[in-house]
Amino acid sequence: MSTLYQIFIGPFTEFEFMRRALAGALALALGASPIGVFLMLRRMSLVGDAMAHAILPGAAVGFLLSGLNLFAMTAGGLIAGFVVALLTGLVARTTELKEDAALATFYLLSLAIGVTIISLKGTNIDLLHVLFGNVLALDDQTLLLIAANATITLVLLALIYRPLVIECVDPGFMRAVSRAGGPAHLAFLVLVVLNLVSGFHALGTLLAVGMMMLPAAIGRFWARDITRMMLIATVSGVLAGYAGLLVSFHFGVASGPAIILVAGVLYLASLLFGQVGGLVRQLFPGRHLEA
Amino acid sequence: MTAALRFRNLTLGYDRHPAVHHLDGAVESGALMAVVGPNGAGKSTLFKGIIGVIKPLAGRIERGDPNPQNVAYLPQAAEIDRTFPINVYDMVSMGLWRRAGTFGGIDRGARSSIEQAIAAVGLAGFENRAIATLSGGQMQRMLFARLLLQDARVIVLDEPFNAVDAKTSADLFDLVRRWHGERRTVLTAMHDIDFVRENFPETLLLAREPVAWGRTANVLTPENLLAARRMCEAFDQQAEPCVDEQTSALAPRGGLADAATHQPRR
Repeated sequence: MSTLYQIFIGPFTEFEFMRRALAGALALALGASPIGVFLMLRRMSLVGDAMAHAILPGAAVGFLLSGLNLFAMTAGGLIAGFVVALLTGLVARTTELKEDAALATFYLLSLAIGVTIISLKGTNIDLLHVLFGNVLALDDQTLLLIAANATITLVLLALIYRPLVIECVDPGFMRAVSRAGGPAHLAFLVLVVLNLVSGFHALGTLLAVGMMMLPAAIGRFWARDITRMMLIATVSGVLAGYAGLLVSFHFGVASGPAIILVAGVLYLASLLFGQVGGLVRQLFPGRHLEA
Repeated sequence: MTAALRFRNLTLGYDRHPAVHHLDGAVESGALMAVVGPNGAGKSTLFKGIIGVIKPLAGRIERGDPNPQNVAYLPQAAEIDRTFPINVYDMVSMGLWRRAGTFGGIDRGARSSIEQAIAAVGLAGFENRAIATLSGGQMQRMLFARLLLQDARVIVLDEPFNAVDAKTSADLFDLVRRWHGERRTVLTAMHDIDFVRENFPETLLLAREPVAWGRTANVLTPENLLAARRMCEAFDQQAEPCVDEQTSALAPRGGLADAATHQPRR
């Protein structure tokens, strides 16, 4: 018994940084997983990833001006993300480049600029921190920011849920019955950015969307309706956060990647054994029904 | 008789190219009207104008009932993301938007009307099926159930019977008849001329411009149908700006300048 306790609970009772990391990871999973489900259903999975990279130069400028300061880096990141989104829209509308290509060019440039800025002033440790986050070193402010973002996300998502779902599944109907579709979509995009910022602090710019997209993809393999999909996504996000921290603690590997890797294992298992379109199920569908 | 809809020199279109040109007239309240015309005749555009999704390039649409919620609209099915994980019951319940909106609850009465609507289109037992698993006909039945719940006075159907079998279209047309019996105004874009002749008292034949509008037998003559086809083939990319005779008495109204673009006269 005591060994089980030492493996699964001990690290968190013994070390404060593990408790903080757990709180951060759980809060991140609560907010990011449902957002990820909507991103996936809107076929915007890679947009989240691109935007996560796009916020880097802003965060880097914040870092350049005031070190690893939460608010400077957050504000810088928000501004950079906004600028990239704006430029992307502008290029897509005025030139032959489509939206995806325009976004790709800008986020790659953003990532390069960001890494350059940090390598100019910071150490390799700083660079690692920005690229991969550091969920084991969450201070009070960062923890509060992540928790606040998760709270805002859940409340706002509940408020815009109905128009957002209708806007996704049948935009024509939404346009016909109400004007709420556009504002709901905008509010959703704000939530995406908020959760990217959370993810950036915990998991770094490269893995920020990991807590969004992997749980969402897991959910898709187990549920046929969106409510259950979001539930399963959130549970697997929470599970990945918890188990990932344990893996990181016991095997001494980096925490952010460990969390995402655990999510990856869950994803692979779902891919193979998922009830809805899993590979095994496709190969051996069982006898068909009477009707 | 009051008019449910009145078009006043209405021009609708995209990028200044009109898809519906200089339409005048009224749809009486309680009318059952077919809108017929070749592809590209402007049927869908007219409907989008009626529900207010696109704004007129010129002229206007007057609604007898100014509340936009009182128009229910069935678009061509292509706009629905059929892979979205939502079941038939939830999809149909969207029809309660006017009553429930963003925050309103779905009480027992609402639930029973959802179930009644699903049963009325013959989908009882399909409530928990994901929409991805529905056939084209079942999909259309589901959308009609949603229309039933919308309980609107004006119902606009954009080619509702395309790609569904005879049984389904007969069942669904029974609902249209029921709406007509309830004195609702129903506008339906149709391709099947014979079906229109048999079932719709009134027809608008559209070929960007209105070719004819009135009693179906008088509208769907061979001459009119031929004229409609000719007019639609004459779409002109290099169209000159249209000068409306009502805004300028000097300019002649160009026969084939129908495809003209709307802008102030230079």
